[in-house]
Amino acid sequence: MLAEMDVVMLSRIQFALTIMFHYLFPPITIGLGIIIVYLEGKSLWKKDSTYMDAARFWTGIFAINFAIGVATGIVMEFEFGTNWAAYSRFVGDVFGSALAAEGIFAFFLESGFLAILVYGYGRVSPGFHFFSACMVSIGSIFSSVWITIANSWQQTPTGHNIVQMTRDGEPWFVDGEPIMRAEIVDFWAMVFNPSAIHRLIHVWLGCFIVGAFLVLSISAWYLLHGKHADFAKKSFSGALFLALFSCLAMFVSGHFQARMVYEHQPAKMAAFEGHFKTGVADMSLFGIPNEETEQIDFNVSVPGGLSFLIHEDFKEEVIGLDKFKPADRPPVKIPFFAYHLMIGIGVGLTCLTVASTFWLWRGTLYQKRWLMWVFVAGIIPAIVGNETGWVAAEVGRQPWIVYAPLKVDETGERVVDADGYFVYEESLGLRTSDGVSKAIKAEQVLTSIILFGVIYFLLGVLWLFLLNRKIQAGPPVSSDLGLHDPRRDENDLKPVVTTDPHLTGDR
Amino acid sequence: MDLNLVWFILLGVLLAGYAVLDGFDLGVGIIHPILRGERERNVGIKAIGPLWDGNEVWLVTFGGALFAAFPEAYATVLSGMYLPVYLLLFCLILRAISVDFRNKVETSVWKRCFDVGFFVSSFGATLVFGVAAGNLIAGISLNERGEYTGSTSDLFGGYPLATGALALATFALHGVMFLYLKTTGGVRDRLANWMWHFWGVYLVMYILVSMLTLIEHPHVVTAIKQAPLAIPIVILNVVCVANMPRAIYLGKFGQAFISSCLNIVCLVALFGLSTFPNLVYSTGAGESLSLVNAASSQGTLWIMTIIAMLGIPFILSYTVIIYWTFRHPIELED
Repeated sequence: MLAEMDVVMLSRIQFALTIMFHYLFPPITIGLGIIIVYLEGKSLWKKDSTYMDAARFWTGIFAINFAIGVATGIVMEFEFGTNWAAYSRFVGDVFGSALAAEGIFAFFLESGFLAILVYGYGRVSPGFHFFSACMVSIGSIFSSVWITIANSWQQTPTGHNIVQMTRDGEPWFVDGEPIMRAEIVDFWAMVFNPSAIHRLIHVWLGCFIVGAFLVLSISAWYLLHGKHADFAKKSFSGALFLALFSCLAMFVSGHFQARMVYEHQPAKMAAFEGHFKTGVADMSLFGIPNEETEQIDFNVSVPGGLSFLIHEDFKEEVIGLDKFKPADRPPVKIPFFAYHLMIGIGVGLTCLTVASTFWLWRGTLYQKRWLMWVFVAGIIPAIVGNETGWVAAEVGRQPWIVYAPLKVDETGERVVDADGYFVYEESLGLRTSDGVSKAIKAEQVLTSIILFGVIYFLLGVLWLFLLNRKIQAGPPVSSDLGLHDPRRDENDLKPVVTTDPHLTGDR
Repeated sequence: MDLNLVWFILLGVLLAGYAVLDGFDLGVGIIHPILRGERERNVGIKAIGPLWDGNEVWLVTFGGALFAAFPEAYATVLSGMYLPVYLLLFCLILRAISVDFRNKVETSVWKRCFDVGFFVSSFGATLVFGVAAGNLIAGISLNERGEYTGSTSDLFGGYPLATGALALATFALHGVMFLYLKTTGGVRDRLANWMWHFWGVYLVMYILVSMLTLIEHPHVVTAIKQAPLAIPIVILNVVCVANMPRAIYLGKFGQAFISSCLNIVCLVALFGLSTFPNLVYSTGAGESLSLVNAASSQGTLWIMTIIAMLGIPFILSYTVIIYWTFRHPIELED
């Protein structure tokens, strides 16, 4: 099946594969970073070394995820050039500066101080170690800022002009075609493009949920097995509050996000909801969209629900896919399922955290073994929710790689052509099919997809194996210091200078 | 001042920073097979453990800056060298996990697997860097739109393989000197011995590549002649190469390592100047991609200059802090 595909489809599949694998890791590091800062800060403040032990444990988990996150992240940076060269030429002036800012402001900070966080116990003072934890956390959050801005610009481009490139001072034509690209005219308008802030908040909350649910999952597992109970309860309650806050805030964020999508990308919103015909829109709770009959099979829906969410009125009209030329429509099935899965997971996790917070307050939380098992598994939907959110956003963006705005007349009304379709400002955007590299062949992309498949599969196995070992080994316990524990692996080496007793014992 | 030139120089600085810093940890990987026994191999990995990740960020930032400042060059080179780039990326992934995960499990099979992984990935990544540099010096075939028109096998000609071998020799020499400074005890004598071997190999490759360049690629000679500062760089380069055996002989290993660092900076500078003022020299129907026609708009270059001026002081300060924290040699614990 793969062998029959063209370079565009293969490159899309490869991008999806590599970005979805990569995106397993950044949410974990962003979420855990905050928890490590909290624990180290508390250890300094309360002079209680059990918090420091907990921080060390989560730092070990952080480091495994960070290493794979970096390695798979470099792939993403170069993939824009290898597979999407035409796109890179078109957007480099806008997109590139955001990417460069990410390298300069975030990556050096994050990776540099991580060395001190992981290898610096006993070599630097606790205060400086705490400072390093803060820097790593800030760095990981920064690293999400610029790439999210760049993505948002692709969805809702502003602050730029489309201009013809020049060669030797003359306008540049190849085979009579003018060579166009986007150039920045207003940096801050680009940074604060209409979807940037909504998207960034949405992404952060998603990351916090993943980080919190990872901690909840591991802590619940310890509680079920009667291990490290004190450590597990400390971590669990802290993470539960982060999860509760993030889930509740997610509802507000999601609402604004949906309205923003409808305003700027109505075709995408219609695909999310399988809304084929313009008119009062139901909110489908379950169903299978059928693009041939333009209906949702097995539909269970709230009548007028989507109209209400978008317009706060059950009777108001919502634009459907019928207002777009067939060539301008996104696929429906994938965005529909991804979007609904994301929302379903969001609702489920919110119910779980609200109920658990209530039981924590009643003091009965930790007795509910079934609930602890739910939390052990809870990390999976948390990650799936993050991934499917991006799938919905990016597949719903099709057929555009840089989204062309809808044409409006002088009064701001959307222009409709003779057939009743909305008109895109074609020249201001770029279609995905035009963004792909011209210098590559399908066989090359097929080769790299297969190699990625094999390597990422092995990497995934290794990741789970190492995470499992870390979890089985459990957190370090201060009273253990000085005892040799072969399961703690780090090193049988030490720096020459140190006389710190922690270092010799605590490995 | 000409912003295009500023960004050309800044990219050179990033690439030189990357080559000097990641060069030694790639080098430690390339020479990993000469280490004997579990303890020595462990020392090799430990010596770079806290540092390699930060070093690799220089490559990440170089990539981002190239994308932003010269998107045409970024797109042409990466799409043209499709399979070599993925080979490089796979090597970098293998390297990351080899270094970070080798000591996570205490079995000899596990460790041996990652020792091999560390060597293969370091060797492979360095070779691809050298081959890529060789192709860019020699020039690649571009069409009117500035897209690569050759095939993958064209990228592995004799000259690029020679520059690949030069890159391997350069980093091996650099790595063995670094490892010497980071170790104590008996292994040092053997490392000092190996320095002589690697220096010999390096010298042969250095002369070979220089001669091949002069004979096969006259456009490089023209470019370097008219480039600013070319003669002082060449002189400094030769002095560094000559100073290495002197410093090793006198036991001044710190000085030898500094000479190696400067040697690498000179090589990167000469690489940059070899097609100046072009970034990608075209041997095909299309024009070469120059500092002017491959660049982003002046507005973007300005924005990036401001970003860089804000960011670089921070980067330098924490690079120094981290190297200071991990300045001490690694020692085996009994």
